[in-house]
Amino acid sequence: MSLLTILLQVPFLPEQASSFAQEVDMFYLSLWALTIFFSVAVAVAALFFMLKYRRRRIDEIPEQVEGAMALEITWTVIPFLISLFIFGWGAKIYYQMYTEPKDAMEIYVTGKQWMWRAQHPDGIREINQLHLPLGKRIKLTMTSEDVLHSYFIPAFRTKADVVPGRYTMTWFTPTKAGTYHLFCAEYCGTQHSGMIGNVIVLEPSEYQQWLAGGPKEASPSATGQKLFASLACNTCHYDKDGGRGPSLAGVFGSQVKLENGTTVIADEGYLRESILNPGAKIVAGFQPVMPTFQGQLSEEQVLQLIAYIKSIGAQEGAVAAKPAASPAPPTAKASPAAPTTQAPAAQGGQKKD
Amino acid sequence: MATEVMETTSTRNYLNNGHTVKSWLLTLDHKRIGLLYLFSISIFFAIGGVYASLIRLELITPEGDLMTAETYNKVFTMHGVMMIFFFLIPSIPAVMGNFLLPIMLGAKDVAFPKLNLLSWYIFILGGSLMLITMINGGIDTGWTFYPPYSSIYSNTQVTLAGVSIFITGFSSILTGLNFMVTIHTMRAPGLTWFRLPLFVWAHYATSLIQILGTPVVAITVLALALERTFQIGIFDPKLGGDPVLFQHMFWFYSHPAVYIMILPSMGVISELIANMTRKRIFGYHFVAFSSLAIAVFGFLVWGHHMFTSSQSMYAGMVFSLITYAVAIPSAIKIFNWTATIYKGSVSYDTPMIYALAFIGLFTVGGMTGLFLAALGLDVHLHDTYFVVAHFHYVMVGGAIIGYLGGIHFWWPKMTGRMYPEVWGRISAAIIFLGFNLTFFPQFVVGYLGMPRRYHAYAPEFQVLHILSSAGASILAVGFIMPVFYFAWSVKFGKKAGNNPWMASGLEWQTSSPPPTENFTYQPVVTHEPYEFEHVEEIKNAGKLENKTA
Repeated sequence: MSLLTILLQVPFLPEQASSFAQEVDMFYLSLWALTIFFSVAVAVAALFFMLKYRRRRIDEIPEQVEGAMALEITWTVIPFLISLFIFGWGAKIYYQMYTEPKDAMEIYVTGKQWMWRAQHPDGIREINQLHLPLGKRIKLTMTSEDVLHSYFIPAFRTKADVVPGRYTMTWFTPTKAGTYHLFCAEYCGTQHSGMIGNVIVLEPSEYQQWLAGGPKEASPSATGQKLFASLACNTCHYDKDGGRGPSLAGVFGSQVKLENGTTVIADEGYLRESILNPGAKIVAGFQPVMPTFQGQLSEEQVLQLIAYIKSIGAQEGAVAAKPAASPAPPTAKASPAAPTTQAPAAQGGQKKD
Repeated sequence: MATEVMETTSTRNYLNNGHTVKSWLLTLDHKRIGLLYLFSISIFFAIGGVYASLIRLELITPEGDLMTAETYNKVFTMHGVMMIFFFLIPSIPAVMGNFLLPIMLGAKDVAFPKLNLLSWYIFILGGSLMLITMINGGIDTGWTFYPPYSSIYSNTQVTLAGVSIFITGFSSILTGLNFMVTIHTMRAPGLTWFRLPLFVWAHYATSLIQILGTPVVAITVLALALERTFQIGIFDPKLGGDPVLFQHMFWFYSHPAVYIMILPSMGVISELIANMTRKRIFGYHFVAFSSLAIAVFGFLVWGHHMFTSSQSMYAGMVFSLITYAVAIPSAIKIFNWTATIYKGSVSYDTPMIYALAFIGLFTVGGMTGLFLAALGLDVHLHDTYFVVAHFHYVMVGGAIIGYLGGIHFWWPKMTGRMYPEVWGRISAAIIFLGFNLTFFPQFVVGYLGMPRRYHAYAPEFQVLHILSSAGASILAVGFIMPVFYFAWSVKFGKKAGNNPWMASGLEWQTSSPPPTENFTYQPVVTHEPYEFEHVEEIKNAGKLENKTA
């Protein structure tokens, strides 16, 4: 093979496998067209002037051309307008990428030196792989157990940093079945370049088959419910008012009035903070008596608790009544090594579809 | 090129005014201090270059086979740290700024000569600590030092490296302070602000950033060192800190620092183009004020490094918009330089070749910055090789090309000897070719999805990496050649005379090399810069030619 044939085989664009890919590529190619236009224009002008006006006599003093205001204004205003256009186009795509989608299937992702864990809504987990149904809107809620990571799927043109201590979000709609790269894009230590995996987009029926083939696992919210009981959260947080802690039924997404008079929206970040650092924001009318769960829960367990709290919001507290009605037996309190931590996470990742 | 040499009567100059080691190490002469910097940053550049070669060697194959992942991570970190903090930031200001600024102002020295020497010693202290860090095993955090990796997880010498950067920063602050006071107070009679060479304007803008920005990075690395040593919880979320806060603080300095590296180079290019075409810079005022605009706007765009970091979407939009505002003054400079060549008297000597290379490479570097400032596109490009390619086009294609062009242009003034012109042109051409072959493929591999700082990579990226490594070997040859011919020229080069380029500017009116006090008389400025009808050498050359004809 000659060098040229090898070079011609190098693609210029990655595969287009999400609903964002086409527009991002169009944008990218337009900017290259602009870059080539301006670079060639400047280079041709500079080279032409160099040839045409080369020094002919050693004592040559060229006639001075004074700056021209009209020209200066032209080459200030035109680039300004062009850059406003680029800004607008970029902002539009960014707005779509970072606005929470409605009716999306939510997958929880945690990054950890040096692997990616994911848990699907019905409980299946995997490591360094992400199986997705074609054509469905997917939202990833992500956090990190240790350092910064970044969840990057080139074929989808999406990326979001995965940050310890907070939740970040990315979403996409896969539009083409296939296997694509998953990279960690934020430097995270020794095996950073090994923190990679595959995103596998399946036809919806195949996805269902894949789900059915996996080991039976409880959904994140069901696991969260068990955790809620085993950690004895329900001894204070009843399904209705009257507990030592505020009722959590329907709290997700609502406005919460705090002791200091301000209000916050109860999103994932707020719930997480309230579990790990309960003293930070006290709900109006309650005492700061809750112990911290910092260091006792993995990020996955925190996400499962939040998933449960979200679910009792969705069902308006109907299901949550049970544990509160019959207070959990004191023995269930025992250790934070709740049954859920024994879930076969490692095998989940190696599972074949 | 060089014409009939006008032998100056004065043979006493700053170089032969004392030959002892002490006369160099305790010198207060800004020109000697400039040469001390030239020597020290060349060593740091060589070290950074060795690291770059190791990176390119490792990346020839997709597997991580030449070195372990741990070593590779240290290598790219040390490459970045050496090149940015110990070469690019001091490069033009500390070498050419020190040497030329007082002469261009018609002054005997900078405002605070002792402070000037102190800043070199601080630089050497900081640099030595970084070398000790390196010998002790180096650091593996990347030059960006993001916590919590750097504050908790890395087992390398992060604190020592932080102390080194903290100390080195003061050298930069003192140099900036010195230049700013010098420009304000030591201009020769008649040298009004709008008679200043654009090199001086660029250094004024640079000094502004050095004084206002560098303390912030000092605070940032100090906070990081404290966090690492005492776990006080500034950046660690488990202790109530915020890792993203570090990114804000770091880029508040480190984005303006990019302009510390590129603005002086733009100042050099203005001098080269004006003098090599014998034209007043087209739109002098626009070029002068665009430097200040870049310096000021440069402080308001740091968030464009953080579009995917979880900062607010609306903050991202504001930072993107302001970033486009910074692009405009850079575009203005490019257009004005190109217009300056129009109807000029263009010389093809090496400095002009470099100026032309700068215009081309900086245009590509600047335009690809527009890709990265575009929010929705940056989501894909962020932390890929596209970013690596972009900033090398700006930092190597811009800053280093300007540095080399300037060194060639002022070499006869610094040493009194001409470098060999043919070799100068050949090495400039090799650098241009090698550079493009190294970094253009990285734009492509970046868009294909290759992330930065990867020790091993997917096999489909290999062809582009091989091209890049091949280019790097050519680039290395281009960088090594000048070392030899410059060294050769110090002894064997043709005598330069006062003004070999028949350039305008006060530095060309004194002898080469200049006397310790720069001028044997008090220069008085009577006209604007780049007015070539006042250049005696051009008139004399004409007379000589007419005689022989």
